[in-house]
Amino acid sequence: MYALETRGITKRFGSLVANDHITIGVRPGEVLALLGENGAGKTTLMNILYGLSRPDEGEVLVKGRPVQLRSPRQAIDLGIGMVHQHFMLVPAFSVAENVVLGMREKTGAVITKARLHESVREFSHRYHFDLDPSSRVGDLPVGLQQRVEILKSLYRGAQVLILDEPTAVLTPQETGELFKVIRHLQGEGKSVIFISHKLNEVMEISQRVTVLRLGKVQGTVNTAETDPPQLARMMIGRDLVHPARSRAETHGHPVLTIENLTVGQEGKRACANISLEVWGGEILGIAGVDGNGQKELVEAVFGVAAADSGRVILDGHELTGKGPAQAIDAGLALVPEDRQARGLVMDFSIAENLILETHRVAPFRRGMFIDDHRVGKYADAMIADFDIRASGGAGEPVSSLSGGNQQKVVLAREISRDPKALIAMKPTRGLDVGATEYVHRRLLGERARGKAILLVSTELEEVMSLSDRIAVMHRGALTGLVWPDVSQEDLGQLMTGAKTMFTATAPRGVGDS
Amino acid sequence: MPAMTESLLTMTAITQLLTSTMRTTAPVLLAAVGGLYSDRSGVLSIGLEGYMLGGAFGGFVGAYYSGNLWIGLLAAMIAGALLALLYAYFAVTLGVSQAVAGTGLVMLAAGGTGFLNRVLFRSSGDFVRITPFQPVAIPGLSQIPVVGQIFFNQNVLVYLAFLLVPVTWFLLYRTALGLEIRSVGEHAKAADTVGLNVTLTRYGCVLVSGALAGLGGAYLSLAHANTFIEMMTAERGYMAFAIIIFGKYNPLGALGASLLFGFADAVQLKLQIAGLPIPYEFLLMLPYVLTLVAMVAAGRTVSPASLGTPYKKQ
Ligand SMILES: Nc1ncnc2c1ncn2[C@@H]1O[C@H](COP(=O)(O)OP(=O)(O)OP(=O)(O)O)[C@@H](O)[C@H]1O
Ligand SMILES: [Mg+2]
Repeated sequence: MYALETRGITKRFGSLVANDHITIGVRPGEVLALLGENGAGKTTLMNILYGLSRPDEGEVLVKGRPVQLRSPRQAIDLGIGMVHQHFMLVPAFSVAENVVLGMREKTGAVITKARLHESVREFSHRYHFDLDPSSRVGDLPVGLQQRVEILKSLYRGAQVLILDEPTAVLTPQETGELFKVIRHLQGEGKSVIFISHKLNEVMEISQRVTVLRLGKVQGTVNTAETDPPQLARMMIGRDLVHPARSRAETHGHPVLTIENLTVGQEGKRACANISLEVWGGEILGIAGVDGNGQKELVEAVFGVAAADSGRVILDGHELTGKGPAQAIDAGLALVPEDRQARGLVMDFSIAENLILETHRVAPFRRGMFIDDHRVGKYADAMIADFDIRASGGAGEPVSSLSGGNQQKVVLAREISRDPKALIAMKPTRGLDVGATEYVHRRLLGERARGKAILLVSTELEEVMSLSDRIAVMHRGALTGLVWPDVSQEDLGQLMTGAKTMFTATAPRGVGDS
Repeated sequence: MPAMTESLLTMTAITQLLTSTMRTTAPVLLAAVGGLYSDRSGVLSIGLEGYMLGGAFGGFVGAYYSGNLWIGLLAAMIAGALLALLYAYFAVTLGVSQAVAGTGLVMLAAGGTGFLNRVLFRSSGDFVRITPFQPVAIPGLSQIPVVGQIFFNQNVLVYLAFLLVPVTWFLLYRTALGLEIRSVGEHAKAADTVGLNVTLTRYGCVLVSGALAGLGGAYLSLAHANTFIEMMTAERGYMAFAIIIFGKYNPLGALGASLLFGFADAVQLKLQIAGLPIPYEFLLMLPYVLTLVAMVAAGRTVSPASLGTPYKKQ
């Protein structure tokens, strides 16, 4: 018998059928992986299971009994918990407050801080979570925020835990920790529905895999009897082709130059004395464990945050001390890490988001006005090129797109602006395998056209396969500048700061020819 | 001239000034504490001025026709709450711009109370008066020299206003309900996903703000002027709206800011009575200007993150 199952669930948004007669089930003590392209309908289905949205047809059963899910409250009472793709935490609240919010039956009407912290600390120890109940959630790194989310569900007595792309925001280390937690829950007989675009994770943690495609169930297989190529085939309906990096192109000159850039005051330096040159026609990857100054470096280069010293030069233009508007005008593009907070205006349409940086200039501007016709045509072309799946076309607000499709909007805007240099932070976060493949191909294409690309990623595989050179950051300092054929062992030591290694100070063929 | 300045600074004069500060503070404080509930739940309390006017008029009508001040207070709360209900319908249910809906509501309250006032009371041309709330001395405490006079010999609405500050603080920061209210104002969707009813919480908070601001208005008609005068709130509701921000959305902060306003108002009244050669319009401006200047000097305040944003379920 299933702990939780759906029978023939159908959900429509206008003419779009986001879920088309979906029947799935998760057994007690089982991890069921849910795979599917961006926009396949995974989040939609999970929202129905959590009572956040109502299906047009079909039913949900808990332990074989049909149930009505009209609100999250009912889902919670039935032992269903959910960690959302975009966290549902109150940043201004403490860990403990977030965990007990809405649980009056457990806290009582009057809350005493000491007792509250004590009970939350005790509860978090039970799952070996190392969380300080009094810390402000907004100050925690994402990995810990996610734990707060999981703890929140467990505190509500969840028997089935839905994890919607939990690893998209995690470092490999944090993912390992999460998997330990999942196994622990499994040991307690709890079930987990695990959504991820990373096939290796699915292979590692799940017992069965259900694949969705265009809103329909494509099939369910036992993990032990399948392999990543088969799963990819089920998902995108064809074989996956990894784009290959061609031989290095001729290198013009350094396009983006970062000189002795320092962010933060003595003692708490986020970036210390970073010097890098990104040449035209190369992809320079920055590897390193998340939180080692990559984000601060990128923000300082783009002018979102001020650097304390050092210079940034783009193709002869001094960008030091300038803001993002000047950086954009000079030909620098950025795919930011957090698409919802930085990359997109969620209430704007796809078309409006696509011209966010270029609406002031021709061809989109006509006199004082924006040329809607041109913008529409341009947006349609982008939607086709980048395969952005939207039921309402270019006029659809970005907020109703699936997570992966939101990411595609940012990428389309930044790449198609034809910048001189492109900074991409975790550009494939939340993208399905097909879309990831496409973005990689586009990045390599831009490289072939002589663009300078700075790629920041915590996915080692991505950095290794795309980059011409790899820079490694540790605690805000550069510990290495190496070729992509560097050994795993060396890379590991560079990332932990155990040694330094500067073998690739200029692109191949520049120094020795 | 020197004699007059001297008389302003004697012990009795200071006691009088502080006693009167408590009274000028009370109506703004009632509105500010009420508005806090609304703001904390994410709904801009921009309609406070309207609720106050409604309360001032409703309170007066209730007290006049029943001959009972307590029924007047009840009527004031109902009048404020009804106006708040109307605002909540636009702001919460329809999700229209709260700045627009709130301003519209104030205009409606101003026009409505003015019109009804003329219909009911002004046909004769004379002001109709009621017997106002009288100071109630707290046995024992009111005997303490100076302090007793300032704090423990006031009318019941003053006690209520100041008592509501710790009560609201406790409710917001020490109870599950307060946590829920604040979560709705910070992140409505997160509140929804843990099973809280965002709409109901916001309605409840807006209604409370209406009822309390209504009491603040009733203070003016039932404990201060003893009658209803058109626009008698004199923008105190807007002041309360600003005071909440100045007080960093905390009841204790609102108390401090209200006291500043009340003190300036008391000084201004005193100066008017003293007959200094300053145009009285300038004196009337004093509390408003002072509070706004202090607010600017106090710097940035972090508002509840969802303040002013309507919540739409999918
Ligand atoms: N509120 C909505 N209004 C209109 N369309 C919607 C809405 N929510 C989702 N959709 C559409 O339904 C489809 C399924 O979206 P869903 O978020 O379930 O995809 P997903 O499988 O979770 O994708 P991803 O991997 O990118 O997160 C998408 O085409 C999306 O644009
Ligand atoms: Mg999704």
